[in-house]
Amino acid sequence: MADLNYVAPTTAEAAVKALLAGGGMARVLAGGTDLLVQMRSGRLTPETIVDVKAVAGAQGIRQEAGGFVIGAATSGAVIGEHAALSMAWPGLVEATNLIGSTQVQGRASLAGNLCNASPAADSVPAMIAARAICVVVGPNGTREVAVEAICVGPGKTSLAAGEFILEFRLPARPARSGDAYLRSIPRTEMDIAVVGCGVNLTLDTDGTCAEAHVALGAVAPTALLVEAAGAALVGRKLDQEALDRLDAAARAACRPIDDKRGTVEYRTRIAGVLARRAVAIAWQRAGA
Amino acid sequence: MSRKTHVTTTVNGDAAEFLTDPHATLLDALRDDLRLTGAKEGCGSGDCGACSVMVDGRLVCACLMLAVEAEGKRIETIEGMAQEGELHPLQTQFLRHAALQCGFCTPGILVAAKALLEANPNPTEVEARFWLAGNLCRCTGYDKIIRAVMDAAADMRQERRAS
Repeated sequence: MADLNYVAPTTAEAAVKALLAGGGMARVLAGGTDLLVQMRSGRLTPETIVDVKAVAGAQGIRQEAGGFVIGAATSGAVIGEHAALSMAWPGLVEATNLIGSTQVQGRASLAGNLCNASPAADSVPAMIAARAICVVVGPNGTREVAVEAICVGPGKTSLAAGEFILEFRLPARPARSGDAYLRSIPRTEMDIAVVGCGVNLTLDTDGTCAEAHVALGAVAPTALLVEAAGAALVGRKLDQEALDRLDAAARAACRPIDDKRGTVEYRTRIAGVLARRAVAIAWQRAGA
Repeated sequence: MSRKTHVTTTVNGDAAEFLTDPHATLLDALRDDLRLTGAKEGCGSGDCGACSVMVDGRLVCACLMLAVEAEGKRIETIEGMAQEGELHPLQTQFLRHAALQCGFCTPGILVAAKALLEANPNPTEVEARFWLAGNLCRCTGYDKIIRAVMDAAADMRQERRAS
């Protein structure tokens, strides 16, 4: 077995330095629920592991400028127990808590779910719909990147050498807002999304939709922000015509694979169905 | 070979230290270095829960954590569950219900169930089943396990009222 160098820096600068020093053979460790499995299977053979959990700001949840900042390595269990976050963003919290088992929740993080770059990651469509921003730290300082710009294909991210995600920023929540995430799996628990759909919307005082964002998972090489699906709702009440246009826009965005877990036809059809159902839940939450 | 790292930790309330390779998981360290073989390796990929342990009060799979990450952490394993020879109410109910056959999954299920009852002393059956969804058992069909957990929860609530 090759040499493996483990470091657990406490500052972002030291983490960037360690990642750069490791060259292409360095990997970021947050919860490790994907990384350790891939190392064991031999799919990944890193020479340096940079554990970012001790980096200042990488763990914990705080409220700032009316929104939330979630440390990128914060575990799903901690996210699920945060009352204010669960109140403001129930869809995002539910999506995060769908990842793996209770044991996996004790470790798994949002940054890991995103940077593992699986098209089926549950928290990613919910974060995209929430318009979450990643704070990326790297050799050239800090930059802010929309969640949907991180994954470029299965297992591939747009992060440059030496870069890692330090935290996620969720925007301030206007009144009459709601979000939801639904996924389709053949079991009741412990499975990977065949289709996932995140919805985030805000209503006007008269109950029409002022703003809507719809994102789909597992129907393309990366999770998708489906702008046409959000646009189908804006300026409308929750009526049949709006839902039909939403459904059609969601289906039109799908470019899924055909495999034993779901055919192209099935995934495409279900994308529209989940979009309708998630919108109904988000709408009800926004009105409550 | 990689350089060995010295790790200092607390296991079941006692200080423990070991020398470990950076590749080694916490499960490797518990079983091979500390000779605590209660946590089992079923899958090695976080799917079966047979290696369930508590780290700083959180239920985790010991196979999904590097041993070097245990530095300064508080670890609890199945070996710490019975106190001074007295079985935990969960252990008692697992025996009463015969909620095990081969027993390979049992330590992990007991550790996970204890974490459930600490977080939620009065779970519904559905809540117990969802909490334990990451603990696979290929013998029992789960029914006796769930009955044992529900009865142990009732025993522990009773005990708490009495004290």
